[in-house]
Amino acid sequence: MKDINDVILRDDIHYAASHEWAKAEGDNVKVGISDYAQDQLGDIVFVEMPEVGETFDKGAEFGTVESVKAVSELYMPVGGKIVAVNGALEDSPELINNTPYADGWMVEVKPDDPAELEDLMTKDAYLESLKG
Amino acid sequence: MRYLPHTPEDIVEMMKTVGVDSLDDLFKTIPSACRCNCELNLPEALTEWELNDHIDTLCSSMAISPEYKVFMGAGSYQHYIPVSVIHLLGRSEFVTSYTPYQPEMSQGTLQAIFEYQTLTARLLGMEVANASQYDGASALTEALLMAIRVSRRKKVAVSRLVHPNYRRVIKTYLAPTDYEIVELPYLPDGTTDPTPLEGLDDLAAVAVQSPNFFGCIENLKTMGDIARQKKALSVVGFSEPLAYGMIKNPGSQGADIVAGEGQSLGIPRSFGGPALGMFAARMKYVRNMPGRLVGQTVDVDGKRGFVLTLATREQHIRREKATSNICTNHNLCALASAMYMSALGGSGIKELARLNYDKCEYLKAELRRAGFTIPFEQPTFNEFVVDFGDGFEKTHDRLIADKIIAGLPLECYYPELANHYLMCVTETISKEDMDELVGKIK
Repeated sequence: MKDINDVILRDDIHYAASHEWAKAEGDNVKVGISDYAQDQLGDIVFVEMPEVGETFDKGAEFGTVESVKAVSELYMPVGGKIVAVNGALEDSPELINNTPYADGWMVEVKPDDPAELEDLMTKDAYLESLKG
Repeated sequence: MRYLPHTPEDIVEMMKTVGVDSLDDLFKTIPSACRCNCELNLPEALTEWELNDHIDTLCSSMAISPEYKVFMGAGSYQHYIPVSVIHLLGRSEFVTSYTPYQPEMSQGTLQAIFEYQTLTARLLGMEVANASQYDGASALTEALLMAIRVSRRKKVAVSRLVHPNYRRVIKTYLAPTDYEIVELPYLPDGTTDPTPLEGLDDLAAVAVQSPNFFGCIENLKTMGDIARQKKALSVVGFSEPLAYGMIKNPGSQGADIVAGEGQSLGIPRSFGGPALGMFAARMKYVRNMPGRLVGQTVDVDGKRGFVLTLATREQHIRREKATSNICTNHNLCALASAMYMSALGGSGIKELARLNYDKCEYLKAELRRAGFTIPFEQPTFNEFVVDFGDGFEKTHDRLIADKIIAGLPLECYYPELANHYLMCVTETISKEDMDELVGKIK
């Protein structure tokens, strides 16, 4: 597993305590899991996604990610409606391990309240929480 | 892997190794309030002869085939078991093997389970089967819970012609949840009435049993189509899988999950248990399946091997989120059925199913000829309902004295069916047995 200082954390995105990331893209928010989360899980073999059109509150479970070691729930970093899911993950869940912030994105959400994004952690705050 | 009990010497040696003086010493970390400090209230041990006498006394109070002619099935069926099955099953590699967590130690058991899964999937016409559940009732309940997980809905429709005991287990499981059960009535022909489904659009599952409790073959295709229209899963239960040697299997009729009782396949009736919960589904739902699953893989040298797979869904890894709270299986029963299915083979299962059907049809025709009413018109397998008319109870009791069990009275399960009996005929019943029965009740 990676040393904390080797974990890749981007400046331009927000982080949830449950290790999802959220990034504003136009009116929508893209969601995935952090480099730390994918590293902890190990090789990811399956992702269970919601359907486009479903709505979830902030903090609600929207799917699961399964690695060779564990199954983890995915929680909404912001509440809203699912407008897109990353279909590529169905056949290539390893994209999450390879590029968690790019091709490994999971869902795109139309947020009910865009201000919820600001309640999430910045890169520095998230890094501090990881160091515990 | 063998299981051998510890000798007193073993225990002393182990205590020495871990550095304790006595067994009490070993358990002292358990709070005394949680320990039983009294003698267990158990009778003295019996000698082997006394035990045999005791068991014989218990047995003599029951009506057991072949001493009795038992025309009663209702979820537990008398079939001949090939002696090869009894012999193979008695091998210590199977009888005393333990949970195959370690593939290094357990290739034989794992391969046997894999073959059971393969045979089960083929018999039921499904894409994937698990390593088995405890019995048909809990397997069917797990199927409904799985449909609830997959659909994220909270309401299940269950036919009244699903075995009454299975329905009781379903109710028990679902009672503490906020899931709702809608019961579907039956039509005059002995099949499930789908009409009440018309107003329901938030169903997780539509569950029927085929052959159903009356022995009638359900129209699975129609029920499955209705389920699909409602975006619910089509769940099919069964208590007599031998039927699928003759009638179309649930998979071919569009079932999403199939779960039921496998006792028929090489397992003695044994006063109701142990039983075998057979469970199969479409591959796209595999991650929501309960229970354990054995998969085929290759080792570092490219050689074929078998391992438990998808274990991350199991209770021993994540308790609160597990797909089921039962994370073991009835392995010896599963292996018995695998041996039974292999011993008969595809053509053998077909022939045996045909024989069961033909014999049952003979009794049905003879009873009809003797003037009794067969109320349900739908084709049946192995079992059928007959209306013997008022006062048959006395005849039923008299026949027991003659060592004939003339079916199961249905009134206690279906109050509207007074004087109706569920009759069962398998290959173990001869034409003479049936003629004798009809002769004595005419």
